[in-house]
Amino acid sequence: MDFSLSEEQTMLSDSIARFINTDYDFEKRQAIAASDAGFSSEMWQTFAELGWTAVPFSEADGGLDGGPVELMLVMEQFGRGLVVEPYLANIVLAGGVLKRVANTTQKSQWLSPIIEGKLHAALAFAEPQSRFNLADIATTASKDGDSYVLNGRKAFVLNGNSADMLIIPARTSGDRMDESGITLFAVPADTPGLRRQAYATVDGLHAAEVILEDIRVDADNVLGEPEQGYATLASVIDEATLAICAEAMGIAQTMQDKTVEYAKIRMQFGVPISSFQALQHRMVDTAMLCEQSRSLLYWCVMLNVAEDAGASRAISALKYQIGSAGIKVGREAVQIHGGMGVTWELDVAHYFKRLTAIDVMFGNADYHLDRFIALE
Amino acid sequence: MNINFTEEEIAFREEIRHFLAEEYPADIRRKRDEGIELTPEDTIRWQKTLHKRGWFAVNWPVEHGGTGWTPVQNYIFANEMARANTPILIPFGFKMVGPIIYTFGSEEQKQRFLPDILESNVWWCQGYSEPGAGSDLASLKTKADRGSDGDGDHYVVNGTKTWTTLGQFADWIFCLVRTSSDVARKQEGISFILIDMRTSGVTVKPIITIEGDHEVNEIHFDNVRVPAENLVGEEGRGWTYGKVLLQHERLNVAGVASSQYRLNRLKETAALSVHGGQPLIENHNFARKIATLEIELKGLEYTELRTLASIATSDAPGPESSYLKILGTEIQQSLDALMMEAAGYYALPYVPTQYDLDYPDDDRIGVGAQTKTSLRYFNNRKASIYGGSNEIQKNIIAKHVLGL
Repeated sequence: MDFSLSEEQTMLSDSIARFINTDYDFEKRQAIAASDAGFSSEMWQTFAELGWTAVPFSEADGGLDGGPVELMLVMEQFGRGLVVEPYLANIVLAGGVLKRVANTTQKSQWLSPIIEGKLHAALAFAEPQSRFNLADIATTASKDGDSYVLNGRKAFVLNGNSADMLIIPARTSGDRMDESGITLFAVPADTPGLRRQAYATVDGLHAAEVILEDIRVDADNVLGEPEQGYATLASVIDEATLAICAEAMGIAQTMQDKTVEYAKIRMQFGVPISSFQALQHRMVDTAMLCEQSRSLLYWCVMLNVAEDAGASRAISALKYQIGSAGIKVGREAVQIHGGMGVTWELDVAHYFKRLTAIDVMFGNADYHLDRFIALE
Repeated sequence: MNINFTEEEIAFREEIRHFLAEEYPADIRRKRDEGIELTPEDTIRWQKTLHKRGWFAVNWPVEHGGTGWTPVQNYIFANEMARANTPILIPFGFKMVGPIIYTFGSEEQKQRFLPDILESNVWWCQGYSEPGAGSDLASLKTKADRGSDGDGDHYVVNGTKTWTTLGQFADWIFCLVRTSSDVARKQEGISFILIDMRTSGVTVKPIITIEGDHEVNEIHFDNVRVPAENLVGEEGRGWTYGKVLLQHERLNVAGVASSQYRLNRLKETAALSVHGGQPLIENHNFARKIATLEIELKGLEYTELRTLASIATSDAPGPESSYLKILGTEIQQSLDALMMEAAGYYALPYVPTQYDLDYPDDDRIGVGAQTKTSLRYFNNRKASIYGGSNEIQKNIIAKHVLGL
């Protein structure tokens, strides 16, 4: 058992941390988030040039062979910087599906350009009625000659507004909640009949509702085995859950540190508010939540590196912890910052919104506590 | 980052399991598993068995008879001991006063006291708290005056120590005493001395705790003459020494491995208890309480491992050990409460004698050792109070970790 990082891992983490400090300050982040696309294409190109978009892919796929540890390091730093570029949507979600099941042709068509930062993609893992159940798919795909005809509606498709290609899970057989009978399709965004309703999200990201009306998709665009898409989906969402937990860790720790520093300089009644025991104990409580969360993050990452049988259950433990602890840390940070904490101007407010969103993503704390119990 | 044990570590674990299979006495094992109270002799016998194997004072440096184990080895050892439900060791000698003596004591003191601690020949107890000094420990009043009876080679000790755990069995007590009251800060003028409990003027008075047991005592010192050679380190530096000891103590109370054992017992109990026609463990509310605790405990396990890994190079744990004290005791108390809940009505019978060895098995009330849960629950409310209350720990973290 060993908690230490390799030299390469330390370098990766340090280089992103340096970049965040020098090239991605809060003002810049706010300007990027306020732009039409909601991210900077120039910034995204830089991420690709620095190799960060290649981290979780195998060398054969043109990647850097990174595993859960590397992904954690990248995401934690992105959390610190409150990065809005669509790393999760492109690299972890869409790239996650492609690296698992795409064939050689499909990989060169979609995965390589994603890694190079030239193609944007999205994974439509939710539907309006599905909440957090990945198997709840009402969207249908019926075979018609050499192609499929898809009908349905996908909800909250992250990066769906900017995506050139969308991965659409659709039901080719079975009932709405069945895990079998789900097929994954790579769908070009300009396919006739595909309509997008784009919107911003509270945490500074962008998503879209995607409406599919009799869209025709070539059978060559099926990703992986037909009918077997659920396992792929579940595995990708596990990896993505771990990734946003690492992001949340970076955010929670940043909020904790900022709050402690602020309390030391904020004067009230002639003394710094850090001298009040009522506030001290609350900051200690959130410090402990951060420590416990980091411990579970390391445990979970190490289990995933070892491909342990309990790895998936551990992800639910971690998501429960980070989801509930993150919200507490966030609320306390806002509270201790006082009136400033509820202004648009202050970074803490935006960190808090991202933490709030992360709790919802891929199942909130309640959902994952139940999943943790079910997987025992 | 790697979660797997190395081949050496796996071999080490097997060695411990083999030792436990061979050397853990069957009669003590039975008492532990059935929840029957151990006698002091039982515990001492087990400590001596461990010492014979060189596995008693595992936390000590090698030159003083410790193991020099890595944090991972210590973790494996603690886990295996808890898994086998071995007796709780008496910490006052090998975990408390021992480290103070080998760190701050004289050569003579090391030779005189350390071997008997290692061999469990001498029972130590702790004299810190006083009736007027609980969490505010530095306000202690027990006085030790050097030469006040005209003999400069002796201190004369007067005062009262309280909450002295298992002091009724003790041969020696280590005390924080005031050797000077002419000081700027109350933390100054405190010294660390060792007192033979058989010295005239020492009296032990039982304190019966909430569950009805005699576990703690009040110790009175009435003109007790203590040889000056029993002072550890320098006069007036006792507070500093005591603080180091308290950090060691806090590290002990995380109790991860034993909480893990108790969590498994809780799951077993909840599988036997029936609620609304189904096992309690299948009740959604109860299952969620257990799951929350399990996640919390896993977090603590890795918080402790991370702490140990980061202090592996230094001598003593830092103020971060306060995290472990708070989290560890909170988890223990949550376990106590859930055990109570799982026991239902059988949490309520108060028949302390049925935990004696000679109590007829057939007459025991309740299922298994379940009825002891309430005794443990009430008794262990102490956990968030002793060793510096959890509120004091938060003050320590606020000041020394967060710099508030």
